Amino acid sequence: MSDNPLLKVSGVSKFYGSRIGCKDVNFELWPGEVLAIVGESGSGKTTLLNCISTRLLPTAGSVEYRMRDGNFRDLYHMSEAERRFLMRTDWGFVHQNPADGLRMTVSAGANVGERLMAVGDRHYGKIRETATDWLGRVEISADRIDDQPRSFSGGMRQRLQIARNLVTGPRLVFMDEPTGGLDVSVQARLLDLVRGLVNDLGLAAIVVTHDLAVARLLSHRMMVMKDGHVIEHGLTDRVLDDPREPYTQLLVSSILQV
Amino acid sequence: MTDLATYNFAYLDEQTKRMIRRAILKAISIPGYQVPFASREMPMPYGWGTGGVQVTAAIIGPEDVLKVIDQGADDTTNAVSIRAFFQKVADVAVTTHTKDATIIQTRHRIPEQKLTEGQVLVYQVPIPEPLRFLEPRETETRKMHALEEYGLMHVKLYEDIAINGRISKTYAYPVKVDGRYVMDPSPTPKFDNPKMHMSDALQLFGAGREKRIYAVPPHTEVVSLDFEDYPFEIQTFEQDCALCGAHGVYLDEVVLDDKGGRMFVCSDTDHCEDRREHGHVGAMLAPNQEAAE
Repeated sequence: MSDNPLLKVSGVSKFYGSRIGCKDVNFELWPGEVLAIVGESGSGKTTLLNCISTRLLPTAGSVEYRMRDGNFRDLYHMSEAERRFLMRTDWGFVHQNPADGLRMTVSAGANVGERLMAVGDRHYGKIRETATDWLGRVEISADRIDDQPRSFSGGMRQRLQIARNLVTGPRLVFMDEPTGGLDVSVQARLLDLVRGLVNDLGLAAIVVTHDLAVARLLSHRMMVMKDGHVIEHGLTDRVLDDPREPYTQLLVSSILQV
Repeated sequence: MTDLATYNFAYLDEQTKRMIRRAILKAISIPGYQVPFASREMPMPYGWGTGGVQVTAAIIGPEDVLKVIDQGADDTTNAVSIRAFFQKVADVAVTTHTKDATIIQTRHRIPEQKLTEGQVLVYQVPIPEPLRFLEPRETETRKMHALEEYGLMHVKLYEDIAINGRISKTYAYPVKVDGRYVMDPSPTPKFDNPKMHMSDALQLFGAGREKRIYAVPPHTEVVSLDFEDYPFEIQTFEQDCALCGAHGVYLDEVVLDDKGGRMFVCSDTDHCEDRREHGHVGAMLAPNQEAAE
């Protein structure tokens, strides 16, 4: 891990009129670190994620990202062209619903290849080779490369979405409920895969989830949100094993035991 | 008759023509960029060339010579009716000879004969947005043009190769104009794409229903998109034209009977007639005069 953070979030707030989306959120994210944002529905997790990932303009605060040249840039002071370029090269965004992140009417290979073509790759053979390689890494067999994601199961779609995001070698990946809507065995396999990829590639990730088990498996650190505020922040094991805030204690004790 | 109210010259009123000319000038200044304009109702249905007709009406003058082609032919419905329209409302000279025309309004073909400086080619465009079927949101496609994000266009070509083993798009083949804007050259066969490159003539594109005008000025680079390992290719034909024996031109297939009989003839009728006048004879015309007629 490097001495400098990858992402600096300071004082980020988002108001929807007089209602609070999220308020005064501060944190830093280091390269290779996985941060989980947990909390109940409506607690502002997704609003915060959208604010950080330039999908939603925050009312106040700044988000700074360390570019590949080592300089910090405020995301909201960059031009839209630069921001969009960043989003499709150095970043990834894994949506809860794969249909939001995939092109459902083009083949799996083209889905993975799109980012490569967007950054100027113009050799069909090489694009296809890379796509095949990535499908293998997310455990989709190579003979499905020309099938459309419509014919894929939920778990496969989610894995395809991950491959599509990782193909340009991003340094930071945002995940919004990556395992939402998947059954437990598929969830387990996906989590295993994501954990492996994050370790192998040294990715930094911000994972939004309401599932504490997902946070436990994937993340190094976690933030607990309630009503738009971050109420607890610490190492994942510490927060889950020794929750300090009454709400966190409630959350942890609400997990069903089998 | 003379004391009756008549149409303004070239049908459109002067203010409308002025508006369209401004759009055309802007389009010429930014090659390949789609300029929105306030398209008018024309006395023909959308899809029949309302955009092309408006562009022609805005640039035509009394001394112009007009040629109108539809799929290369001068004698099909669309060409005949638009030619008659301008004869009536602008009283201009018309011709079927490419070399004599100053303005050529076309639906889907570029004449085989090389266009020269001073000629204007006006295309009738049904769907000006090359990214339309890849990205349905107009707000998004405009942003993609503005930020030069054209990766998606190659996704389409990738799909073609993945499914068919080659780039199977044969018409409306996307081009990059002057190294900047990706443009839909209207549904011309890709055979004609190389003719757009560095053309001596001015090329104007009018889309009436979609309310867009765009242009390729003379001597502008027009490059068809492709992959390094799957380069752009134009159609080739095994046969020569059955009437004039022309080789290396775009041919139409004509079904002759229900027993598999067919012939291939020049899509550009003027080119074909001109060749026959100069004594070229195709395979079909020589032995059997009637079949070809």
